[in-house]
Amino acid sequence: MSNEHADNGHGHATAVDTDGHGHATGHGHEDHIHAEPTNPLFKYVFSCDHKVIGIQFLFSGLLFFVLGGLLAMAVRWQLAWPWKPMPILSRLIPSWAENNYLMPPDWYNKLFTMHGTVMIFFVIIPLLTGAFGNFLIPLMIGARDMAFPKLNMFSYWAMPFAFIAIANAFIVTGGAPSAGWTSYPTLSTSPTSTPGSFEAQTWWLVALLFAGISSLMGSINYITTIIMLRAPGMKMFRMPMSVWGLFITAILQAFALPVLTSALVMQLLDRTVGTNFFSPAGWVVANGPAVVGGGLPLLWQHLFWFYSHPAVYIMILPAMGFVSDIISTFSRKPLFGYKPMVFAIAAIAGLGFIVWGHHMFQSGMNPALGATFMLSTMMIALPSAIKVFNWLGTMWGGRIQFTAAMLNAIAFVAMFLIGGLSGIFMAATPVDMHIHDTYFIVAHLHYVLFGGSTFGIFAAIYFWFPKMFGRMMNEPLGKIHFVLTFIFFNGTFFLMHIIGMHGHPRRIADPTVYEFLRGSGITGMNQFMTLSAFGLGLTQILFAVNFFYSLFAGPKAPNNPWHANTLEWTIASPPPYFNFAKIPTVYHAPYEYSVPGVEADFLPQTQPRPTEAGPLDPVMS
Amino acid sequence: MWNFPLFPEQASTTARQVDLIFLVELGVVVFFSVLICALIVFFAIRYRRGAKVNRDNPPIHSTAVEIIWVGIPLVITLGIFVVGTAIFFDIYAPPGDASRIYVVGKQWMWKLKHPEGKREINELHVPVGRPVELWMTSEDVIHSFYVPAFRIKQDVLPGRYTSIWFKPTKPGKYHLFCAEYCGTNHSRMGGWIYVMDPAEYEKWLTDGTQTDGTMAMQGKDLFVKHHCAGCHGVESTVKAPKLEGVYGSRVPITEGNEIQPHFVVADDRYIRSSILLPKSQVVAGYAPVMPSYQGQIGEDDLLTIIEYIKSLGSKGTRETRR
Repeated sequence: MSNEHADNGHGHATAVDTDGHGHATGHGHEDHIHAEPTNPLFKYVFSCDHKVIGIQFLFSGLLFFVLGGLLAMAVRWQLAWPWKPMPILSRLIPSWAENNYLMPPDWYNKLFTMHGTVMIFFVIIPLLTGAFGNFLIPLMIGARDMAFPKLNMFSYWAMPFAFIAIANAFIVTGGAPSAGWTSYPTLSTSPTSTPGSFEAQTWWLVALLFAGISSLMGSINYITTIIMLRAPGMKMFRMPMSVWGLFITAILQAFALPVLTSALVMQLLDRTVGTNFFSPAGWVVANGPAVVGGGLPLLWQHLFWFYSHPAVYIMILPAMGFVSDIISTFSRKPLFGYKPMVFAIAAIAGLGFIVWGHHMFQSGMNPALGATFMLSTMMIALPSAIKVFNWLGTMWGGRIQFTAAMLNAIAFVAMFLIGGLSGIFMAATPVDMHIHDTYFIVAHLHYVLFGGSTFGIFAAIYFWFPKMFGRMMNEPLGKIHFVLTFIFFNGTFFLMHIIGMHGHPRRIADPTVYEFLRGSGITGMNQFMTLSAFGLGLTQILFAVNFFYSLFAGPKAPNNPWHANTLEWTIASPPPYFNFAKIPTVYHAPYEYSVPGVEADFLPQTQPRPTEAGPLDPVMS
Repeated sequence: MWNFPLFPEQASTTARQVDLIFLVELGVVVFFSVLICALIVFFAIRYRRGAKVNRDNPPIHSTAVEIIWVGIPLVITLGIFVVGTAIFFDIYAPPGDASRIYVVGKQWMWKLKHPEGKREINELHVPVGRPVELWMTSEDVIHSFYVPAFRIKQDVLPGRYTSIWFKPTKPGKYHLFCAEYCGTNHSRMGGWIYVMDPAEYEKWLTDGTQTDGTMAMQGKDLFVKHHCAGCHGVESTVKAPKLEGVYGSRVPITEGNEIQPHFVVADDRYIRSSILLPKSQVVAGYAPVMPSYQGQIGEDDLLTIIEYIKSLGSKGTRETRR
């Protein structure tokens, strides 16, 4: 912040208008533009270019999205037809023969464990922060690259170690990890407690450690880049919401990840060298060897959720930023209440650090402490209300264009609303006592992570694809993909609220062992959800077709296909190697749409506001 | 065919309180979801590109409006917080007349024990209209005791006692689940709660084949079997703390080089850890000579021995949770 003040003084638009490029001298990035590497190995593989790294994260994230999706399909099959052999797969896997070609319960446990792990640590976080964070931050703040390009390269190349470790976890003795994505000890620390804990759990820990190292390197880079490398005139309060979302997310990661990392190392030590961080005294599992013990199983839950609750915001705040920019662009109207939107993101992030206990209301916590966590959790409703109402305010009186990106962004608002509001059921401790660990939670988290984050990712891909690859995606196909995804998404996840309210526990391999889950009502709903899930999965083929067809054969994209204001649209699509031939000067926040006195309905950040438009409102810049 | 109740069955006093908040929240959530989703659709249609509507001076910010839409959720959430917290505290404060039932979870079964000596597996019989406190621990991994019809759920941890209470209001048969994922056969770890008329329950408690007496009597046998009585028994000449009246009393402890002892309450947790880790909190004036029973006495036997020590008389008030 001090840097910003030193650069720009305290005036709003006027100070910069007069003395343009003079600010660049302090940054020193005018004078050394390296030549683009010619060796393809350094150009496309071990590249230091933030755009290439972003696209590497995008492709690996989408690849794991396919894997995570297929795991989810298998989970859904078992929930709807637990007594029917799965088509094709059941004959192919030798271990199923012993179980009459039905899915053994261990298999189911591995499926949901790996579905959660893959989707969170290998899809959503890398896509939002890795792919879009890398690609967008330098372009949107007017920089030629990240502050530390080599560190950026290492942040991607830490991921393949995680990929190898997680792939290896599937094939070691005992099969894939099966302690749930939360890996609560003592289930995860005792090798005899579940087959996945025999060996694979160790690989799970190694995979997450590498993924965490990757994120940590990325977050340090993002914070430094955003603080140090903004173009002249790009004050903090002129940054697009996308950059704000990514900036605050990077801060969250930098502060929360060390805690997860140490927890992972502690569990790794417990499993490999026999420490007892999480093993209670005098404790024996499934006739295994006795353990000296002296540790606390609950310690893991505190450490894990101290990271993993902020991680929920790591998975939603960047998407909130993207959606804010997209809704404003396609409503042809300034974002409603720019500064309150920034403060709301910061408030959500800040509160995110003091709410982790709401995952543990039933864990054996003092009720007074539970009440404290209940209060802090409920306060998250306030900044979230600002976000939702301000998106609505942005659309109010706009000139709305329904592109595929806009449709996904609107769906994000509505689905995040439902996912967010269903959170107040869990926040209220007595109600949480009933719905905790039931399908109500599964519904809630998928409304946030699919309805929120994933629609946000789709919106961002449709919006920035032309800039990334220089070609347009097919709009009609994109709209069909959106409509089907939206319908099947709700078909899959909405009914989970109802069966959860009736006490359907999550993570049960065979729902039919219980009388009330065998009833036609719940079975019927489970089958409906599974069919919707298959529809949801198949619909993504449309997306893949659109993506790859457009990649090679889409129409060439102009520089600014959406008539947007942010800096990345002022340069070619795809951007040249070092982005900006000349570092641009920024005159205002990126939300100057339909400004009176401007002929076009947009005004790029590089063009000053016309004098007849009057001074800019302090809330807006 | 779709014979499905709108709302799950209510069979405890807690269920009524929980459902009250649930319904209030449901009202709030449905109201705001419908309102905002309708506004999104309305704005999307009304302000679509090409529509001829008045777009003069569309507001781009309004501090007053922001304050209103922070203020409304603030009032609602604080209201829910106050009511919810009151109920939450109530759920964790068992009434004084609650009878205790001991629960041990293990992969993949529930072992339950009545103080009267009756043992059950995956089934629990309780009388209607009387509060019951569950005193629980686990032998291996974390489990969670969940009865949807009672709206109660409490994790059961290895190496630690947790508790919850309920007061059934309706005779009947209710599902019991393990709600915390606990390994291969997690989905089969469950059973039934039978809520009976008090008279029937008394009959059920006394008839049956178990003849080894109340839990305290069984505990006495274990006390002798594990040679506890050799030192702690009334006639013993070994210098070991006597256990009569110790339960619930404040015992002086010296640790390390402490000269002044500090006091701890000899509750279930202290007695358990004194058996498993006898050198950790030694009563002042006694030498740390007791051997550890770690790995030798199972969790259910520990509970039984503690119940015996409790029967030797307790001082002061009932031990309450934490």
